[in-house]
Amino acid sequence: MSPTEAATADGMAERRPSAGETVRRIVQGDLSSVRVVLGLVLIAVIFQVQEPRFLSAENLTNLMLQITTIGLISVGVVYVLLLGEIDLSVGAVSGLSAAVMAVLSAKHGWNPYLAIAAAVLTGAAIGCLQGSLFSRFVVPSFVVTLAGLLAWEGALLQVLGQTGSLNITDPKITGLANIFYSDTVGWIFAVVIVAAYGAVLAVGYRRRIAAGLGETSLIPLGVRFVLLAAIVFAAVAILNSDRGVPLAVMILLAFVVGMEYVAKQTSFGRHVFAVGGNAEAARRAGIHVNRVRIAVFTIAGTMAAVGGVMAASRLFAVNQNSGGNELLLLAIAGPVIAGTSLFGGRGSVWTALLGALVIGSISNGMDLLSLSSAVKLMVTGGVLLLAVLVDAVARQQRQTSGRV
Amino acid sequence: MAADGTPLLELEAVSVRFGPVQALDRVDFAVHAGEVVGLVGDNGAGKSTLVKAIAGIHAPDEGTIRFDGEEVRIKGPNDATELGIATVYQDLALCDNLDVVANLFLGREQVSPGPGHVSRQLNEVKMEHETADLLSNLAVTIPSLRSEVGTLSGGQRQQVAVARSLLGEPKVVLLDEPTAALGVPQTKQVLELIRRLRDRDLGVVVISHNLVDVFAVADRVFVLRLGRAAGEFKAEDTTEEHVIGAITGVGEGGEQNQHSGEDEKA
Repeated sequence: MSPTEAATADGMAERRPSAGETVRRIVQGDLSSVRVVLGLVLIAVIFQVQEPRFLSAENLTNLMLQITTIGLISVGVVYVLLLGEIDLSVGAVSGLSAAVMAVLSAKHGWNPYLAIAAAVLTGAAIGCLQGSLFSRFVVPSFVVTLAGLLAWEGALLQVLGQTGSLNITDPKITGLANIFYSDTVGWIFAVVIVAAYGAVLAVGYRRRIAAGLGETSLIPLGVRFVLLAAIVFAAVAILNSDRGVPLAVMILLAFVVGMEYVAKQTSFGRHVFAVGGNAEAARRAGIHVNRVRIAVFTIAGTMAAVGGVMAASRLFAVNQNSGGNELLLLAIAGPVIAGTSLFGGRGSVWTALLGALVIGSISNGMDLLSLSSAVKLMVTGGVLLLAVLVDAVARQQRQTSGRV
Repeated sequence: MAADGTPLLELEAVSVRFGPVQALDRVDFAVHAGEVVGLVGDNGAGKSTLVKAIAGIHAPDEGTIRFDGEEVRIKGPNDATELGIATVYQDLALCDNLDVVANLFLGREQVSPGPGHVSRQLNEVKMEHETADLLSNLAVTIPSLRSEVGTLSGGQRQQVAVARSLLGEPKVVLLDEPTAALGVPQTKQVLELIRRLRDRDLGVVVISHNLVDVFAVADRVFVLRLGRAAGEFKAEDTTEEHVIGAITGVGEGGEQNQHSGEDEKA
């Protein structure tokens, strides 16, 4: 018996991917996002049949503007979900941060950039505080942030004062959600994005080849590249035929790409996944679990503030309802609908964007059809429930089939 | 076998107390390079306490620990790691949601050079390469290095955990119940891996309830009973009955025969 030799030979053979594996990797990226994209197509078809304005360039541009706030807040929520935790305060924090910006800018005449920075710092400080309380005293994050939800809403009313509403007039701030780029600039964005994506793919491929690792097939990379290029150019073409590419969309994309990089490509991101997967294992591997937790809640607070600033910019005002209503639940629902697990350790920042698109499309379509809020809320609730059930079922399947 | 000469790790008269409970009472214990020591004993005999004392989880109250012939103090897990003592606990401490490469390098990820501490990119290619090298050196078979650890079999998970402990280039590896809850073929794989650790000239301590597995790999069997050393046997010169006698305290000679006689009757 020479199990050693047999095993080694096996290991070598199995590291070379088969054709089936290659197909799996194309589809992967992962399966849940394919599911969501199909869902989006379905939603679009349904609304388009009922209301031909749904897929018009004007409405699609509106849709993109509508989802920026939810999408930005969701970016932070994704990190919290990856830990297996929840942050119920993000809506209230977005409102409060926006109010801080509005007061500093409108009442105290601060430089707009400083006012925005103050808003973002407010969100970061609140997130850091909540994260510290959660990890230091081992209180469920649910409770800490529920307390935050109430307290920061109160703080919002306090900051706004008796008028209960503040208009924002500074063009630098209102521009964030109301600037559209010219057609030429839009196309330049498209080319730069596609070229950058191609470069990233090429560099990764060459590194793997140089190291003698894995697949030599260029087909999956090519498919991904062509898909992304098609989506980007189509999106820019649509946006250009209306008002142009909005600055808000570029801000959202920048945060999604940047935070996806942090989650998937840095050791900090790896630690977030590890803590969400098995906190004890992470601790024994020498990861400072509490530092990771505090950092994640700080990110959630920061992204909530960024979302709040964008919302205020779009409305030209901050009022008592800022960050209220169903914003919080939609910002959490989005990533979950798009495949980030509520149980921690699984997901991606892309789901913030995808989920916001799903939720935004449903809400936008129902608005076009002039459905009542009653129907809108029930439908959105149903979609969220469906998504959570799919997540739970997927998890059960992993557990039953996972261990061979 | 390099079982002679200075032991790699040597404990002398080590005692650990938890309040009134004497968990370890003046225990002498040694591991040489290129040797597998089976650490056996009944529940509560002090096996885990001994491992924890070596791994730096509970510093001993009395006694000396020598590593490579020099007296050392192991006050925390990091001290043990720095000396070159790696521990694989029974629960393996793996993240099921991460792939094999990520688990192997958890907490010591390789990053590409670049600006900033946080923004540096993980060097996945380098990590995957080193993982592939290490696993093929150990003749460990994993279907894909990029498969999530949660999808692997118990034996594969155990092997991943052992492989991970080797990344820090330890000299002594402590394995806590490495074959518990494994099927027959998987147990065989893990025992095979333990033999390869010995061939790499590591000192290996295997804690196990399963005497068959212990006898399959161990060069020496060390028995603890009620916190005291209750016997030390060369695996080739002894039988399971002798070791069981030491574990249960039924003693030597006549009593022991009686014991095995009972076994036969049952």
